[in-house]
Amino acid sequence: MFYVMAAIALGSALYVAASGNLVRSVFMFFITLFALAGLYVLSLADFVAVTQVVVYVGGILVLILFAFMLSGRENLEGLKQQKNRLLSVSKLPAVLLAAAFFVVLTNIFLKAKADDISWIKQAITEQNVMTPQNTSINSLGVNLMTNYLLPFEAISVLLLMALVGAAHLSRKEESAT
Amino acid sequence: MVSAGLFSIGIYVVLSKQNAIQVLIGIEMMLNAAILNMVAFGKFDKINNAGQTFALFAIVLAAASTAVALAIVLNVYRRHQTIDPGKINQLKD
Repeated sequence: MFYVMAAIALGSALYVAASGNLVRSVFMFFITLFALAGLYVLSLADFVAVTQVVVYVGGILVLILFAFMLSGRENLEGLKQQKNRLLSVSKLPAVLLAAAFFVVLTNIFLKAKADDISWIKQAITEQNVMTPQNTSINSLGVNLMTNYLLPFEAISVLLLMALVGAAHLSRKEESAT
Repeated sequence: MVSAGLFSIGIYVVLSKQNAIQVLIGIEMMLNAAILNMVAFGKFDKINNAGQTFALFAIVLAAASTAVALAIVLNVYRRHQTIDPGKINQLKD
């Protein structure tokens, strides 16, 4: 199940990278996000998965679709003539940098050996590991309102500011200036 | 491992696309890779839920930044009639 989800996520992400068509890449990103939500469920974070679906799929993608549908049809016409080969000379730096990052990150992953990091061992000995039997929503809510109350409030104020700013930026020019 | 792959694909998308919205999608992909890591290691923290809490915060931050970035993209399109980041070469009016 995990491998199926991971394969779907990576495959659709690769398709997003490879396709030149904007609409198609947006919808494939949709599938990537759903597969990622599935991966969150498999790592026992069901509330984060639901938030992922609601915020990303419901919010961000609809926002992106709106943005480029509002920006006009001639925009879409111009985008289709884009060359969309995955490997071409102008994209060589991008490919090189991405491959280098991939090598470094997999190297770290292979060297770290997640099973003998000290705090994970300590967590396992103290029975601090989530099991599929207990749900995390209860303790997540309690923690969000006690331990993490300050970041929670700060992030809510920041979200409000960002949304007001976005609404102000996307107004018509005449009234804004 | 999945996270590393997703991050690399995101970087590739950011660097190679000639379209601001696709660059934005690449940024979202990199953010998602980071969030996936946090959630995966948040499994080993049942009492404090640090990983999952900060994954939630990161999702909210990504939403805020996307809203602002889309507003900027719309404005740039209205002013320059293009959303190719390589063609926009002036910062002031």
